[in-house]
Amino acid sequence: MDFLTIIQVLDSTVRLATPLLLACLAGLYSERAGIFDIGLEGKMLAAAFFSAAVAYATGSVWLGLLAGIASSLVLSIIHGLASITFRGNQLISGVAINFLAAGITVLVAQDWFQQGGRTPSLPREARFNPIDLPLSETVADVPILGPIYSELISGHSILVYIAVLAVPLTWWVLYRTRFGLRLRAVGENPAAVDTAGVSVIGLRYAAVMICGVLCGIAGAYLATALQAGFVKDMTAGRGFIALAALIFAKWRPWYALWSTLLFGFLQAIALRYQNIELGNFVIPVQFMDVLPYILTVVILAGFVGRAIPPRAGGEPYVKER
Amino acid sequence: MDKMPQWADIVLIPLISLILAAVLSALVILAIGENPVAAFKLMVEGALMRSAGWGYTLYYATNFMFTGLAVAVAFHARMFNIGGEGQAMLGGLGVALVALYIPWPHWSLAILGATAGAALFGAAWAYIPALLQAKRGSHIVITTIMFNFIAAGLLNYVLVNVLRPKGSMDPASANFPDATKLPTFRDMFSTADNIMFRGAPANVTFFLAIAACVLVWYLIWRTRLGYEIRAFGFSESAARYAGISPVRITVIAMLISGALAGLMSVNTTMGESERLVMNSTEGAGFIGIAVALMGRSHPFGVFLAAILFGFLYQGGAELALWTNIPRELIVVIQALVILFTGALDNMVRMPLEKLFLALRRRNV
Amino acid sequence: MTAPAIELKGISKAFGPVQANKDISISVMPGTIHGIIGENGAGKSTLMSILYGFYKADKGEIFIKGTKTQIPDSQAAIAVGIGMVFQHFKLVENFSVLENIILGAEEGVLLRPSLAKARKELAHLAKEYELNIDPDALIENLSVGHQQRVEILKALYRRADILILDEPTGVLTPAEADQLFRILDRLRDEGKTIILITHKLREIMDITDTVSVMRRGEMTATVKTSETSPEALAELMVGRKVLLRVDKVPATPGKTVLEIKGLRVIDDKGVERVKGIDLTVRAGEILGIAGVAGNGQSELLEVLGGFAEGTGSIRVNGVALPLSGKGADGQARRHAGIAHVPEDRQREGLIMDYTAWENIVFGYHLDPEYQSGLLMDNTGIQTLAQEKMDRFDVRPPHPKLAAKNFSGGNQQKIVLAREIERNPDLLLVGQPTRGVDIGAIEFIHQQIVNLRDQGKAILLVSVELEEILSLADRVAVMFDGHIMGERAPDQTDETELGLLMAGITEMPDKPIIQAIDEQFDHQQKEREGEQNG
Repeated sequence: MDFLTIIQVLDSTVRLATPLLLACLAGLYSERAGIFDIGLEGKMLAAAFFSAAVAYATGSVWLGLLAGIASSLVLSIIHGLASITFRGNQLISGVAINFLAAGITVLVAQDWFQQGGRTPSLPREARFNPIDLPLSETVADVPILGPIYSELISGHSILVYIAVLAVPLTWWVLYRTRFGLRLRAVGENPAAVDTAGVSVIGLRYAAVMICGVLCGIAGAYLATALQAGFVKDMTAGRGFIALAALIFAKWRPWYALWSTLLFGFLQAIALRYQNIELGNFVIPVQFMDVLPYILTVVILAGFVGRAIPPRAGGEPYVKER
Repeated sequence: MDKMPQWADIVLIPLISLILAAVLSALVILAIGENPVAAFKLMVEGALMRSAGWGYTLYYATNFMFTGLAVAVAFHARMFNIGGEGQAMLGGLGVALVALYIPWPHWSLAILGATAGAALFGAAWAYIPALLQAKRGSHIVITTIMFNFIAAGLLNYVLVNVLRPKGSMDPASANFPDATKLPTFRDMFSTADNIMFRGAPANVTFFLAIAACVLVWYLIWRTRLGYEIRAFGFSESAARYAGISPVRITVIAMLISGALAGLMSVNTTMGESERLVMNSTEGAGFIGIAVALMGRSHPFGVFLAAILFGFLYQGGAELALWTNIPRELIVVIQALVILFTGALDNMVRMPLEKLFLALRRRNV
Repeated sequence: MTAPAIELKGISKAFGPVQANKDISISVMPGTIHGIIGENGAGKSTLMSILYGFYKADKGEIFIKGTKTQIPDSQAAIAVGIGMVFQHFKLVENFSVLENIILGAEEGVLLRPSLAKARKELAHLAKEYELNIDPDALIENLSVGHQQRVEILKALYRRADILILDEPTGVLTPAEADQLFRILDRLRDEGKTIILITHKLREIMDITDTVSVMRRGEMTATVKTSETSPEALAELMVGRKVLLRVDKVPATPGKTVLEIKGLRVIDDKGVERVKGIDLTVRAGEILGIAGVAGNGQSELLEVLGGFAEGTGSIRVNGVALPLSGKGADGQARRHAGIAHVPEDRQREGLIMDYTAWENIVFGYHLDPEYQSGLLMDNTGIQTLAQEKMDRFDVRPPHPKLAAKNFSGGNQQKIVLAREIERNPDLLLVGQPTRGVDIGAIEFIHQQIVNLRDQGKAILLVSVELEEILSLADRVAVMFDGHIMGERAPDQTDETELGLLMAGITEMPDKPIIQAIDEQFDHQQKEREGEQNG
C-alpha cells in the first residue's frame, strides 16, 4: 500500500466517519441526560430523505438541511413525548421511530417522485460540495505534509468541518456551562436536579431536541454530501454503529471523535477492498461488510474496557419523596 | 387496589391504541392523496372476502405468531429481543440444510426435521447475545440488532458461495425435493368440485403455530420454568434471592425465543418458497414486536394480533397492486402500533384510569 | 407578636382512594425545632412533600412568615426559604461537593464564577456552623454523615431559614446523630426554624421544642415536648397502649448450628465488604448483628443466603457450604436448612407483581410437593396459601391479590409465613420490621421468639438498636466489615454499642465525633490504597 492509497483511505475514513460522529454526539446529549435513543437511525433516515427532497425541489441545499433537521426534530418530539412526558419504554419508542422513518420516507418518496422510494439525483448546486481550504493548491506538492493537507484535511464539505468543531463545542458545553452541569446531573440523578428546583422535563426535552438537530445534520450529510440523493434505507445501520461508538467512547466527546474515526476507517476499508486475499485465504466481501457490526458486539461484550453508562439512563423519572 | 378493572387493561387499552394507530394511518393515506375508506375496503376485499385472500392472510399470520411469541417470551423475562429477524434467517438456513441433505420419505417426517432444524439454528443465533447479556451485561437490544446485520451477511455468503446450484445466477439454494412439499390449505380443504384457497401459500405450518401458542401458554403460566422466567422478569434481585440463576434464565428464555423466531422459516422456506432465498423473512421478525406488544405478551393475544397483522400484510399487498400506495404503508402502521401499544401506553392509560376512578367514586 | 415561620391550615391530600392527609393544621414558631412523629404511612412525608412543592394539596392553605403562599414546585419552596434534607439524599454521586452545592443555584451561564463564589461562601458557612467539608471531594467518597452535611449546606447556600429533615438519623451512628443534633441546635440559635420528621421517640424527646403526632393521615395532637413523655407519644401514635418490650424467657442454647470462620466478601465493584469474620449461632438462641447500614451486614446475609459469593468457611450443622460457584445459590441453601427473611422484602423477598399464592412458594417452587406431573400444582398451592395466610393473620386474606396490594406489615407476614413454616434449622432475618406498623411489629417479634423457643438458630440483622437489644440473646457489632465485639444485651448500653458501631473499641480521650471522623479518614485512605495497588 503506497502513501497515496493510505491518504485516500484516510480521506474516505473522514467522510464515512462524519455521519457517525454527528449521530454519536447526538446520542451523547440524549444519553447524558438519561434518555436512551436507539432511534438515531430513524431520525437520520428521515432527515436524509427530507433534506434531499427539499434540496431537489428548491435547488437550495441549505433549505434541504433545514428540512432535514425539522423532520428529525419531529421524531425527537415523539421520542420526548413517549419517554419523558408519558414515561414509556425508551427502547420501544426508539424502535417505533426507526420503523416510522423507514415507512414514511418510502411512502412519501413514492408519492412525490414515483421512483420506487428514492429521490432523483441531486444536481451539483443542490448538494454540499467539497470546500478547498486556503493554500491547498499551493502546498499540494510539498512531500508528505502537502497531500495530507490538500487531500485529507482540505476538500470536504462544510458539514464535515461542522461535525469536527462540534466535538470541542460539546466538551465545552458539557463541562464548562451551567446547562452542561445540569444535563450531566439529570442523567445521573434526576431527583437531585428536581429538588434543586430545576425542571427535569425541560432539561431532558432540551437534550432530546439537540439530539434531533445533530441527527438531522447527519442525515442531511448522507443524502446531500456523501451521496447525491436519497435511496431507501440509506442509513444502513449507521445509527446503531454510532450507538456502539458512543459506548466505546464512554459517553465522552473527545473519545467519540476517536471511536467514530475507527468505525469510519473500517467502513472505508470494506468499501475499498472487496475480497481481501491473504495468501491462500480469501476474506469474503460479506465479512468486511459485517465487520463493523461484529466489532460493535465485541466492544459491547466489554473485551476492550468496560463502560459505565449514565446512572439514570433509560429510566423515566417519577417524583418520589 | 388496582386502578382499573382487568378487562379494561387487556381489551380496552389495546383497542384504543389500535384505533389511534388506524386513524393516524388513515391520515397518512389521505396525505398521499388516496382515499382511506376505499383503501380499507380494498384491503378487506383482498384479504378476507375470498378464501384465497384468507389463504394469504393466514400464511402471514403464521409467521407473525411465531415471531410474536418469540418477542413475548423474551418480554416475560424482561428482555427485548429485536433479533427475531436474524434468528428467523438462520432458522431458514436450518430448514434448508435439513431439507436438502436428508432424504425424507414423507412430508410429515420432513416437517418434524425442519422444525428441529429451524428451532436449533434460530436458538443458536440467539445464544451468543443471550450469553453476552447474561455474563458480560452487553445490552441485548443492541447486540441482537447487530446480529440481524451479521445474519444477513452470513446468509448472503452461504447462498452465494455454498448453497447456490452450479450455473444459477440467483442467490438462492436449489429447490427442495418433492417429498418435503407441505400440504397447503388448498390440498387440505378443497373438494373435487369446490377448490378452496386457490394459489394461496397457507399450509399445514399454521397448525404448528397454533400448537406453539398453546405450548407457550402452558410454559409461561403452568410450569416451573415459566414461573422462574416471569419472576426473573419482574425482579432480578428477588430471583437471585430465590436461587433462580439470572444467567440460566436469560439464556433459556432467549433460546426459546430464538427457536420460536426460527420456526417461522418452516412456513416461509419449506411451506412456501420450497427453497432458501435471500430475503425470505421480509421483516416478519420485526412485526413480531408489534404483535407481542399488541397481544400483551399473552399467547392468545399474540394469536389475535398475528391474524390482524396477517390481514394488514395481505391487504397492503393488494393496495400496492391496485393503487399508488406502496407496501411500506404496513411498516408505518406497524410503527404506529408499536408506538401506541408500547411506548405511548401511558398516554392511553392515564386518562382511562382517571375515568374509571371517577366512575367508581360516583358509584360509592 | 411574631408570625409563625410556617402555618398550615386544613391541608388535605388524597391519592386515588387513599386519604394521605386529612385536614391538617400546624403552626411552627421561628427559631424552634418542631418534631413530627408518626408510624410509617401516617402521612408525614406527604405533608412535607406538599410543603416542598412535590404535591399539590387538594385543600388547605400555607402561610410562610405570615404571608399566604402557593408552593407549586420546589423552585417556589426554595424561593420562600424552605430547604429540605431528604431521607435518601438527592446528590449526584460522581460530582464534587461544590458542583452539588451550586446545582440549580448557579450565578450565570458559565460555571467558573459560580464555583468560585460557592467556594468562598462554603468556607464562610463552615466557620459559622461548624460544617467542615472538603469542597472538591466527590460525593461517592464521603461518609453518609458528611453527605448529609452537604445536603444541609445546599439548603443554607440557598439562604433557607426553614429546614425540613426527613428521618435524618436512619443512616447515622449514634455519635453522628448527636453531632447532627448539635448542628441543629446551633442553627436554631441562629434563628432558623427546623422541622424534624422521625419515628424515633428518643430523638423527639432529646431535641425538639414542640411535637406533633400523626396517625393515619390525621394530626392527633400537638404538644410541648417538655410536657409529654415517650409513653404518652407512643400511645398517641398508635391509638392504644403499646408494649415496647418483647416478652421472652432466657434462652437455652443447644448445639452449634451456624459456624462462620474467616468469611470475606468482595462486592462487584471490587470493594471488600466483609473482612474476615468469625461467628457462631447455636440452636435456641438469637444472635443480633448491630451496626449502621452499609458496614457489611447486608453482604453477610447475602452470602449466607447464597446470592453473593465469598471466601472462608461456613458450616451449618457441621456441613461445609460452598461459598462460590456450583452449589452456592439460594436453592442449595434452602436444602441445607436455611430460611431467609431478607432485608428488602420488596426487592428480594417478594415478587410484587405476583399474587400472594405465587409468593407463598417463592424460592421453594421447585419442591416436588408443589408439582403435579410436568406442571405446577396451582390449585394445591392456592389452598396452602389460604391456610398460611389465615394462620399468620394476613389481611386481607385473599391469596389471589398481588403482593403489591398488601401493606408493609402484611407483606412481611407473607414472607414470614413462607420462611418460618418450612421448619428451618437456621433462620436469617434482616430488618424484620422496617416499614412495618407497630401492630405488626409485635406479631413479627413474637414469631421470631417462638421459633427460637422451638430450638432453632436465628441470625438477626437490624439497624434499629432498640430491636436488637430487645430480641437478641447475644449482640455482635459490625463495623467496616469487621466484628468489633460481642456483648450480652443486659450487660451493655446504647453508648457502648454506639461506639462499637463507629469502630471504636475503647473509650477515646478526645471528643467522640472527632474520633469517628479520624476513623473514617483512615478507612478512606486504606480504600484508595487498595484501588491504586
